[in-house]
Amino acid sequence: MGTQALIRFEDVEKVFQVRRKAGRLRRERHEVRAVDGISFEVPRGEMVGYIGPNGAGKSTSVKMLTGILMPSAGRVTVAGIDPSRERLRLARRIGVVFGQRTTLWWDLPLRDSYELVRRMYRVPDARYRANLDRCVELLDLADLLDVPVRQLSLGQRMRGDIAAALLPDPEVLYLDEPTIGLDVISKAKVRDFLREVNAEHGTTVLLTTHDLTDIEQLCRRVMVIDHGRLVYDGGLAGLHAIGDSERVLVVDFDRELPPVEVDGVRSVRVEGPRQWLRFPASASAAPLVARLAARYPLVDLSVREPAIEDVIGRMCAGSQGL
Amino acid sequence: MGEVSYAPETEAVGTDAGPYAARWPLRDRLREAVAGCRAYLLIAGMWSRSTLTYRVSFLMTVVGNACMTALDFVTIAIIFGHTRTLGGFTLAETAFLYGSSGVAIGLADLLLGSLDGLGRRVRDGTVDALLVRPVPIFAQVAADRFALRRLGRLTQAAVVLVWSLIRLHVAWTPGRALLLPVMAVSGAAIFGAFYTAGAALQFRAGDAAEVQSSFTHGGGTMTQYPPTLFARELVRGAVFVVPVAFVNWMPALWILGRPEPLGLPGWTGWLSPAVALAVCALAGLAWRAGLRSYRSTGS
Repeated sequence: MGTQALIRFEDVEKVFQVRRKAGRLRRERHEVRAVDGISFEVPRGEMVGYIGPNGAGKSTSVKMLTGILMPSAGRVTVAGIDPSRERLRLARRIGVVFGQRTTLWWDLPLRDSYELVRRMYRVPDARYRANLDRCVELLDLADLLDVPVRQLSLGQRMRGDIAAALLPDPEVLYLDEPTIGLDVISKAKVRDFLREVNAEHGTTVLLTTHDLTDIEQLCRRVMVIDHGRLVYDGGLAGLHAIGDSERVLVVDFDRELPPVEVDGVRSVRVEGPRQWLRFPASASAAPLVARLAARYPLVDLSVREPAIEDVIGRMCAGSQGL
Repeated sequence: MGEVSYAPETEAVGTDAGPYAARWPLRDRLREAVAGCRAYLLIAGMWSRSTLTYRVSFLMTVVGNACMTALDFVTIAIIFGHTRTLGGFTLAETAFLYGSSGVAIGLADLLLGSLDGLGRRVRDGTVDALLVRPVPIFAQVAADRFALRRLGRLTQAAVVLVWSLIRLHVAWTPGRALLLPVMAVSGAAIFGAFYTAGAALQFRAGDAAEVQSSFTHGGGTMTQYPPTLFARELVRGAVFVVPVAFVNWMPALWILGRPEPLGLPGWTGWLSPAVALAVCALAGLAWRAGLRSYRSTGS
């Protein structure tokens, strides 16, 4: 195989001991399996979405990948390094952006923070200047360099954080909710930038997010985890097939009608002359439309693709019962 | 500046033995200690520069700081306005104790005082951001918000110490002259160990800063006064339990040629560096345990 796995998870588990008050003095111990036997590989240069509901084990996984947390069982390898044993050596080669918590120095201006990053990571001068110029240009940081981090807005700070993570040319970039709380323009800017970094430098990117547009626009591969287990690993398209999702046909008739009865569709909502009809995502829409048009006075129609949120929601709800 | 060099080493002890840990444990630790010192200087330097951009405001804080602590010594001077000796110690001798204790805690506070901030970082979750940087976390926390204004306290204590040295009638032998800087460094290291141990506790309990400050500031205040003022049990505790007596009392008594209040032999004054080394080692272990527990629970 030409591509080499840069990130490897082998049967990784992370179990937390949680103590709970039970009665006045007694405390009960019980185990929480935050990550419960996950295995995957990510080849160099890939951009992967790592998604799942809150508390599914996403952050715990990222913490093990960066060496912050030690796995309870299994093996984690990043760039040939065991993160929890050689955290400092690995740190030089990875970049991390925690969406809601800045890794910058709160009271220092961005410029000083970057200077510290340069010296901490020993980034060669020419390299540093080139990277900084590129980040400043693409992330629109020119006016922000002399502002203390605490005075930046969330979107500005996020862009500042992403630049800081990329200044040392990391091989792997972990992004934890990189677009959370950003406005539409900032989101687009961040996504464009990430796409370019990935394309130009071959930086491997692992992205956890709640915003599925991030995934749709950036990642060809998605991993879905729920209750500490990997429930899906594959292309975005395959996600729909697995989550047996439905598409919605919105039709306008020339007058109000009772819910339509045609094979293969279900009328789920009626609002005056407009009706919402659900049908399996795998079925073709054309014959349905033909059948409808033959029996009803059709004026207009549109097809809505399923939101991945729903697909994942369904998938995770399904895995709970297992 | 004995402290900076021991400090990052404590982080290196167990958490990040490099790839050759088994073959070259010492070389690896040394390398980390050097990396830690470098990072400390980098971060502290950056904070100092950013403080110094507002020169006037900085000077005012330092002067204010020095004045505040100076009032402390004025209290002692006022006492001596009414009596010639305090617990059998003259004003110059008391000033010697005050100055040596103040220099020790001032030095420790300047270099490691920021460790107090760890609890806040554990609570708001920003410890993780420190753990993904390629330098020891101890150096990062210790140098965080490095506050040059703490120089005010150190300067004030140093001035009192120098003044007492001029006024004291001590026959300076090479041994006495040597013990003086040894005392300052050991004292700073002992207080530094308290700061470190306090920070280690904060990995588990975010509000442990209070416990730590009762040791540092409590010990600091106590050792500013002659040991003869305190109950025997308290002095015994300061020698054998929480060894603040070795910050200045024991070596200072030897320098001043005074008997040790517990009747211990005079050479115990020379134990200060050994005691400092021991408490630093213990603090290092505590730090390592704290960090390890954080890294297995994630807070």
